[in-house]
Amino acid sequence: MAQAQQAIDRSMMQVSDEVAIRISGMNKWYGQFHVLRDIDMIVHKGERIVICGPSGSGKSTLIRCINRLEEHQSGQIVVDGTELTNDLKNIDKVRSEVGMVFQHFNLFPHLTILENCALAPIWVRKIPKKEAEETAMHYLAKVKIPEQANKYPGQLSGGQQQRVAIARALCMKPRIMLFDEPTSALDPEMIKEVLDTMISLAQEGMTMICVTHEMGFAQAVANRVIFMDKGQIVEQNEPREFFNNPQSERTRLFLSQILGH
Amino acid sequence: MTEVTPFVRTEVLDSQEPPPGEQGAVKWLRENLFSSPLNTALTVLGLLVITWLMMHSVPWFMHSIWHANSLSQCREIVTETWGEGATGACWAMIRDRWHQYLYGFYPMDAYWRPNLAFLLMLVALAPVLSQSLPRKLMWFTLLYPFLAYWLLWGGTVWAPVVVMLGFGLMALVFRQLVGRLGVPVSAGVGLIVATVWWLVVQPRLSGTLQSILPLGIRNVDSDQFGGFLLSIVIGITAISASLPMGILLALGRKSDMLLIRTLSIGFIEFIRGVPLITLLFTASLLLQYFLPPETNFDIILRVIILVTFFAAAYLAEVIRGGLAALPRGQYEAADGLGLDYWQAQRLIVMPQALKVSIPGIVSTFIGLFKDTTLVAFVGLKDPLKGVTAIVRADMTWKGIYWEPYIFVGAIFFIICFGMSRYSMLLERRLKTDHR
Repeated sequence: MAQAQQAIDRSMMQVSDEVAIRISGMNKWYGQFHVLRDIDMIVHKGERIVICGPSGSGKSTLIRCINRLEEHQSGQIVVDGTELTNDLKNIDKVRSEVGMVFQHFNLFPHLTILENCALAPIWVRKIPKKEAEETAMHYLAKVKIPEQANKYPGQLSGGQQQRVAIARALCMKPRIMLFDEPTSALDPEMIKEVLDTMISLAQEGMTMICVTHEMGFAQAVANRVIFMDKGQIVEQNEPREFFNNPQSERTRLFLSQILGH
Repeated sequence: MTEVTPFVRTEVLDSQEPPPGEQGAVKWLRENLFSSPLNTALTVLGLLVITWLMMHSVPWFMHSIWHANSLSQCREIVTETWGEGATGACWAMIRDRWHQYLYGFYPMDAYWRPNLAFLLMLVALAPVLSQSLPRKLMWFTLLYPFLAYWLLWGGTVWAPVVVMLGFGLMALVFRQLVGRLGVPVSAGVGLIVATVWWLVVQPRLSGTLQSILPLGIRNVDSDQFGGFLLSIVIGITAISASLPMGILLALGRKSDMLLIRTLSIGFIEFIRGVPLITLLFTASLLLQYFLPPETNFDIILRVIILVTFFAAAYLAEVIRGGLAALPRGQYEAADGLGLDYWQAQRLIVMPQALKVSIPGIVSTFIGLFKDTTLVAFVGLKDPLKGVTAIVRADMTWKGIYWEPYIFVGAIFFIICFGMSRYSMLLERRLKTDHR
């Protein structure tokens, strides 16, 4: 782990003062169930944030609120200067600026890899087909699978599919990337190829929020780790302090369970 | 403790033939026909039933008469040739009346019009059914309904042209408004504008154009249509109109908007809960009461509309099944990329949902096509009952029983079996999930 940390070039990973996401006093309920309680959070441009916590703690729900896959019921979420309200125009604007990678990849099985990547640029950004395909090939090369461009998602391994999902999100040239447990559905040997892709993205200065249990990744690239439990942010700190000197009892218990074996 | 006996094989055994009873036809017979006492009994019983059926039907088919002027003449020939008590099929009736089975009472000198319309229909269908043809051919497909209407019913060429302009107007209004008002509202406004155009402007404008530049062919009334011409006109039109309507109803049923959802559910449940014949009676009788008295709504058009509604309600439920098969993640991925509702439906949801629903959709189409024979109940001359009744009303063919039904049934079978085969081909072609 320590070696990986040294190998990564942090020179580009500067955090600017510019605010990318501002969440204040945000609450969310599923019916009577209070899933997110009074969340306050500011993400600066260039930050790499890892959110961890036990299942059911609301971490996935939190990042899904950022691109309005889930609605919040009170408080404020401002993404890149646009507040998320019921206004569909704002929602579409935010969604086209925020890329999302899912646990189960969610590639479109009826389209080829290239079509998966070029679809949104063509229809949302109105980019000419040829140009969109060139961009798609560029990002497919970046995630190291340009040779799979004309295959269908079902013909690829899980790790390859997740890398395509990352390329698909990147094709929209997003300013922020959200990762919702991107490696949880993968075999151990495929986790590395996906994490490598994410690390290189972080090195280029992408603003990232990542829900994951990959603590090695958190130590390597995150500049902040957030621990959530029961719908609240329990603790946040820079990674070294977070792992070596957790303050809350709940965090200590969680870390001992997740790192203990 | 058992002792382990060390063992190493040094030579490879030669491969041998399986025993005689375990290969070829003997094996197949034993496994499929005589695997157990019950299976053996069923095999014997099945053979007996087949033999009995053959003994009764084969001579009848073998004694087919193709040249005769009446049923009694047919029977005389059979008795003369194969002796007293012999039976034979009298296909001479088909020779004599095939044109009624195909065209009803359509004027004989104008048979070229339905023939041409049929040929052009194949051309119009080709780009829809096959992906390898150039997409430009779709323009002809869009033009075809108007062309076919004019060919079949005749009259002034300006009427279909002006009706077509109404569709153009609808598209234009939609395009102008869609940016500001969204898809449903602008489609609604477009539809209203087009309806006003069709009901108010169209009759006057096409009349005026006709008086300025008379262009047209002889008019053929709807009551002259019959036979397979009628079935195919109703079937093809209803099939092509019911699919988009079924998709919209399925989406409406899943809509977040209460009004749209309630209307869709109400429509689907009402139409599915009522027998088709009731709807056809509505088409032939009741619709006239509700419409303004001066509108003379063509009976075939009315029947097509209600058959379309009927099929669309069933299709909506079939497609809803396909939508339910789609994982939530597909919607989320589409949303996450910033696609709007209609883009997501068109590019992501429908291609997958429709693919899953192909067997159900084609079943509905086949059912619809066969249901076109029910128009006999509102006095239209469908091939099965309408035309056959006319043929049997004639003294020369009175009493003929099996032949017309076998003939009509065979043609229906060929068309429906073709649809079924095509759907299987389509399923294979669209299979990309490699599960």
